[in-house]
Amino acid sequence: MNRIQLIIAVAIVAGIATTPVFAQDSSTLKKIRETGTISLGHRESSIPFSYYDDKQQVIGYSQELMLKVVDAVKAELKLAKLDIRLVPVTSQNRIPLVQNGTVDIECGSTTNNLERQKQVAFSNTIFIIGTRLMTRKDSGIKDFPDLAGKNVVTTAGTTSERLLRKLNEDKKLSMNIISAKDHGESFLTLETGRAAAFMMDDALLYGEMAKAKRAGDWAVVGTPQSREAYGCMLRKDDPGFKKLVDSTIAKAMTSGEAERIYNKWFMSPVPPKSLNLNFVLSEDMKALFKNPNDKAFE
Amino acid sequence: MGYHWNWAVLLAPAPSGGLTYLDWLLSGLKVTLALSLSSWLMALALGSIMGVLRTVPNRWLSGIASAYVEIFRNIPLLVQLFIWYFVLPELLPTGIGTAFKQLDPLLQQFLSAWICLGFFTSARVCEQVRAGIGSLPPGQKNAALALGFTLPQTYRFVLVPMAFRLIVPPLTSEFLNIFKNSAVCSTIGLLELAAQGRQLVDYTAQAYESFIAVTLLYVLINVVVMVAMRKVEERTRVPGYMGGK
Repeated sequence: MNRIQLIIAVAIVAGIATTPVFAQDSSTLKKIRETGTISLGHRESSIPFSYYDDKQQVIGYSQELMLKVVDAVKAELKLAKLDIRLVPVTSQNRIPLVQNGTVDIECGSTTNNLERQKQVAFSNTIFIIGTRLMTRKDSGIKDFPDLAGKNVVTTAGTTSERLLRKLNEDKKLSMNIISAKDHGESFLTLETGRAAAFMMDDALLYGEMAKAKRAGDWAVVGTPQSREAYGCMLRKDDPGFKKLVDSTIAKAMTSGEAERIYNKWFMSPVPPKSLNLNFVLSEDMKALFKNPNDKAFE
Repeated sequence: MGYHWNWAVLLAPAPSGGLTYLDWLLSGLKVTLALSLSSWLMALALGSIMGVLRTVPNRWLSGIASAYVEIFRNIPLLVQLFIWYFVLPELLPTGIGTAFKQLDPLLQQFLSAWICLGFFTSARVCEQVRAGIGSLPPGQKNAALALGFTLPQTYRFVLVPMAFRLIVPPLTSEFLNIFKNSAVCSTIGLLELAAQGRQLVDYTAQAYESFIAVTLLYVLINVVVMVAMRKVEERTRVPGYMGGK
């Protein structure tokens, strides 16, 4: 191979590597281009990730990151106008709705794990949580062993539910586990005294506290039982779209934009009650912002 | 649409107690059956009493029965369930409310669900019984009274037995409905069939297998009920009335 050929070859390879190739090999982007519409899956009450404010607008940390993705899609496809369709999803229907094409991307509070990876793809991690307990300040519960023989509530369909059932069996705690249908109902169960503690992702527990009648009555306690990575869900086998979403999230994180969004939702007063969650950026999150990745824990 | 089918998941071991996921569904089936059958007994008993009261020639008694029907028929089932489960314990005297809330959660959920489904369905049974009694020719009642029966005896020996034989087909529908309505109780955390199906999805992410299996189990229940009720219908049919020979 002479030098000219080599230069040409290098140029071609470099050209392929640098031109955006997303649109060609992505069925999702193709669909978005053809319909001029992107469908976003969001949650209704995952404070402060994705929820309705008092004007029924969808707001939250995950929602802002998802809107960054929408901007990137719009720029990538060079669309003058991109309609956004907001689809509320629940923890039970979110996976089928991504699979059957009702939503193109879901950013809320969805844990990236191996079982789910069989059905859907996950973007770069957007948040890392630990699963802990919320309890009344004067309940005397400090950590998981204190739950023995008590009623404990968790939200159906979450990782906390499994961890709690497993803990109950492994440690023979003889807890009564209540599975409520959403975080709001779990908190109601705790608030009305049916359960002594509520196990959930720490960030969501702080979020529920933000809604409570008297936030000062409650405390988040206990050693985290697991760490989990939240990601945005996409359809499987669509590397073009995933690459675009991943690079958008990575850019937001390394540029400091994600930390600004974090501070807005976790370190300053948020709707609905203008309560500051005061959820300081964890070491895990700092590491993630430095080095964005799509790894699941487990 | 990129779904990864895996029917073997039903026989895969579930994370707890050496059971398979199919065992989860079957335990849900048991709860659904226990809840629906016990609620049906309550609905049938209460509904019959109220249905009779709606037809008696006493404005107060029939007024009470109509109010009963309107309350339980006009409030959505889900709202009624939340009232029984979440609201009622807060309205009771603090001591009793707290005692109830400290019971085993499964018992709390089952009791609330049982009362809720029982009352809701009893209002519907009541209307069927009233319609059954109303459809009898007035001559039957008059004849019984002319023979010297008291009013309670007329109901006990003539009107109610006749009415029940006539309303077996609509009662079959109500009986089928109670199994399907019981799925609503998964919203308060009762692990019945629908809830177990949902839980299977949470654990395995195999939504379609799970919901298809749950659907088939509901169909199975309903086919059994339909066949059994058809037999009852044949045995109790009144010659000369609807479909009777």
